[in-house]
Amino acid sequence: MNVLPAGVADVLYLAAAVCFILALKGLSSPRSARRGNLVGALGAAVAVVTVLLSTDFAGANLAVVLGAVGVGSAVAVPAARRVKMTDMPQLVAIFNGVGGGAAAVVGIIELAEWSGAAPTATATSATAFAILVGATSLLGSLLTFLKLQGTMTSRPVVVPAAGPLMVLALVAGVGVGVAVAVTGNVWLGVVLLVLGLGLGALLVLPVGGADVPIVISLLNAFTGLTVAASGWAMSNTLLLVAGTLVGASGTILTLAMATAMGRSVTGILFGALRGGSTAG
Amino acid sequence: MSGLTILTLFVLAAFVGVEVVSKVSSTLHTPLMSGANAIHGIILVGAILVTAHATSPVLIALGGLATLLATVNLVGGFVVTDRMLEMFSGGRRRPAEEPVGSDAR
Repeated sequence: MNVLPAGVADVLYLAAAVCFILALKGLSSPRSARRGNLVGALGAAVAVVTVLLSTDFAGANLAVVLGAVGVGSAVAVPAARRVKMTDMPQLVAIFNGVGGGAAAVVGIIELAEWSGAAPTATATSATAFAILVGATSLLGSLLTFLKLQGTMTSRPVVVPAAGPLMVLALVAGVGVGVAVAVTGNVWLGVVLLVLGLGLGALLVLPVGGADVPIVISLLNAFTGLTVAASGWAMSNTLLLVAGTLVGASGTILTLAMATAMGRSVTGILFGALRGGSTAG
Repeated sequence: MSGLTILTLFVLAAFVGVEVVSKVSSTLHTPLMSGANAIHGIILVGAILVTAHATSPVLIALGGLATLLATVNLVGGFVVTDRMLEMFSGGRRRPAEEPVGSDAR
């Protein structure tokens, strides 16, 4: 439905971005935390209603969108309502992972819709970043879930030659990412997605159970930056601002959590690779 | 939007993000992470935008998938954060446990 003029939609997006800033501010202090979270939810509701009312939908796509939102809510609300207090961190990890996955899929769709005729090289670069880091966040978060849930061992898992593999995957990720940025080829984008999944596994497998919450926070910051990159690619200020807010605050929060536990982030990520164990 | 406008927004938002959480107390680390996690679920707006313009069945299906995943992130994120804080404030409401206004500077 395209009933809202673009100017009105932009103002509503700005209001949503302000709600997100107030939400993070509120969540930083015990007395305002709950209200802060509700302000954030209000901002999200405003943004979603705005996009539904200000966009032209082709064919029956509006029905697809509304159906997906309905099913997603029907899955997420009971899961979040019924989860035990002790299981909340892994549920947050799942939510973070699917957010990263959504951003990666959005990137793939963009490449396909542009089909080699992307608006700018900046747009394809940002899309490549979103696909790679979104996929890293997706598989990394799912593995942190399995570790906390006890489905897989919470001890550090070091695959043979993990260090060189990590370097190889990073170099390949950057190389294919540049190729995607230059060509805008959607199949290279799919290769990039697979490389991102591999990076996520290599990043999280060597982390011990006690350090997992810090890694979830780091992957949360990753997903934030992924969303910012999507906003960059789509010229959408709300995605850009909200994603950057989460990327920046998530990084600070990760460092604060590591300091509170007397750990260093590099020690957590690479300790097991160097032979020292990561707590767990 | 020009590249420079986008870069300006990015840098300013990064400073705001650092500033708003710089004084968080360690008891709030997990709820704050969870709340920030919910906020990046706003990728739902991006998922809806790309799905709206999709014409081939494969892209419409992928768009539906992205919309579904983003909804789980956004809706689930805010609900689980609210539940965390509900328990948090329940335990904190004991009288004189924390001096009122200690965080209101």
